[in-house]
Amino acid sequence: MRAVIAEDSVLLRIGLVKVLQMAGFEVTAEAADAEGLLTAVEEHRPDIAVVDVRMPPGFTDEGVRAALLIRRQWPDTAVLLLSQYVEERYAADLLTAHTSGIGYLLKQRVADVEEFIDALRRVAGGGTALDPQVVAQLLVRRHSDPLDRLTSRERDVLELMAGGRSNAGIAGALVISESAVAKHINSIFGKLDLPVADADHRRVLAVLRFLGVG
Amino acid sequence: MSLLTAIRPAFGRSLHRLRRDLGFGVAGAAVQFVAWAVPMSVPWLIYEDTSALGEVMLALTLPLVVPALATPVLTRVQRWRFKALLDIEITGPKVAPRQLWYHLLAGPAVAWGGVLAVTMALVGLAAATVYIWIWGVPLSWRVEHVGYSTKAAYVTVGGVILLALAYALVGALARLDVRAATALLGPVPAKELERRVEDLTESRAGAVDVADAERRRIERDLHDGAQQRLVSMAVNLGLAKATLTDLPDEARQVIEEAHREAKDAIEELSALVRGLHPAVLDELGLDAALSGIAARAPLPVRLHVHVPERAAPTVEAVAYFVVSEALTNVAKHARAERADVTVVRTGDMLRVVVADDGEGGADAARGSGLTGLAKRVGSVDGTFGISSPSGGPTVITVELPCVL
Repeated sequence: MRAVIAEDSVLLRIGLVKVLQMAGFEVTAEAADAEGLLTAVEEHRPDIAVVDVRMPPGFTDEGVRAALLIRRQWPDTAVLLLSQYVEERYAADLLTAHTSGIGYLLKQRVADVEEFIDALRRVAGGGTALDPQVVAQLLVRRHSDPLDRLTSRERDVLELMAGGRSNAGIAGALVISESAVAKHINSIFGKLDLPVADADHRRVLAVLRFLGVG
Repeated sequence: MSLLTAIRPAFGRSLHRLRRDLGFGVAGAAVQFVAWAVPMSVPWLIYEDTSALGEVMLALTLPLVVPALATPVLTRVQRWRFKALLDIEITGPKVAPRQLWYHLLAGPAVAWGGVLAVTMALVGLAAATVYIWIWGVPLSWRVEHVGYSTKAAYVTVGGVILLALAYALVGALARLDVRAATALLGPVPAKELERRVEDLTESRAGAVDVADAERRRIERDLHDGAQQRLVSMAVNLGLAKATLTDLPDEARQVIEEAHREAKDAIEELSALVRGLHPAVLDELGLDAALSGIAARAPLPVRLHVHVPERAAPTVEAVAYFVVSEALTNVAKHARAERADVTVVRTGDMLRVVVADDGEGGADAARGSGLTGLAKRVGSVDGTFGISSPSGGPTVITVELPCVL
């Protein structure tokens, strides 16, 4: 798998390259701004682009805009955005347009190398990886009636589900059995009047639609 | 010698002041002469019959009418006199009814006082120097008035006292003139107060903006500096943890410890930066920034933000701070199950309401974060209200003007 990195902090970029290499990715290009990133993606057509949200020259949402462009122009390239803070509106912007091959994580998650690699592989494989904090914020915004019907355990499951985890991932995170997870999910779909779907993909889609961004 | 060196500067200063006040007084008298005495005397000079009614009427009305008509000019001349001779700047409206009082009453009174002072000074000078000029008086007179030299001693003392009085009077007149002029020729007190309030409002808004800009700068510096380094360090430690699996247990523990410390430091720094000024507030506004706070709060928060048009950046920062502080308080003290945050803009007013279902009893007067909150709200002319009966609930209501 080939990857492109866009990150203006040299220190972090070096770290990212190491982590990606450890995960078995080949880093074909490194960029320090959005323009460089787009050129690199066009040239290398990588499987995934790891992109910092805040980059020169404006240091605002350059990364997000580049990510949207990449997803539209080169749909085969997945994008994993890294941000210092949760900027959930950015996540919402991204998820409104695309629900696969998209990730949005806090930068500090990179430090938990194994989990980060897991998220990286998930996104590169066409999945989704949302930072728990992003999900929590999206839930705050949709803190409306149907959610009140969920038990706190079901909320935990929903948050992890919205974060892009599989049943096994959720079971691991909550230290419960996979069958318990499946039961919770069925109950959530029941309470939220969502049709039960077998593909993971449609499940995330449903969750995101419920969150109001899909 | 030492006494002389001590006296000389004081004497010099007095002399300087006397000269200055005299010049100032003479100039004032000259103005009064032109403005007041000339109009009064002209009819007398024109009419031959000095008791004609018309002439008397003219002599009485002209000194009133001329200064009244010439008020703008006179005011300018007087202001110039104060500026040029005493270096006192008097600013105010070009024409105001009050100014006439100066030209008709205070000015002439001071001028007449000056005439009195000069008379006193001349008489005093003559009396004080009696021993000198008495020799010029014919010998026969001196023979007739035996014992005149004893009397002359009294006269000398009287003359010196008169001179001192004249000196004091000149100074007093100058001070009186300054007070009268600043009061009557200067700005209207209410207007001046208004202007001052405007100035202060402006300078305070400036100070608040500067503080706000400083918070932004610190946020940027931390974001681009310390935070990035910490993250990079945590990543490297994480890599070490993941790759160096064959290390002895102790070394692994040290790495793990450092890794955890680094991650905690990142969390703490992020919390600090968020408290300063979150970048997302500038870029995306209150809605996005507040949903971040709400999500991080340790209790469920229902957030309702309706701000169709963004407020001034400093006002947004205050609103953000209010919600952030209020929710921190709720989490710390209120024992609440949940909180509701409402931010609505109506016209030019941003209304922020933070309510919880806790036990109440919060008191803004008892120090704590609430005082700081009220102060920060006050810094942008906002109003701060809190209702927190014992037993709850606590409702904090803040209204902020959207434009500074």
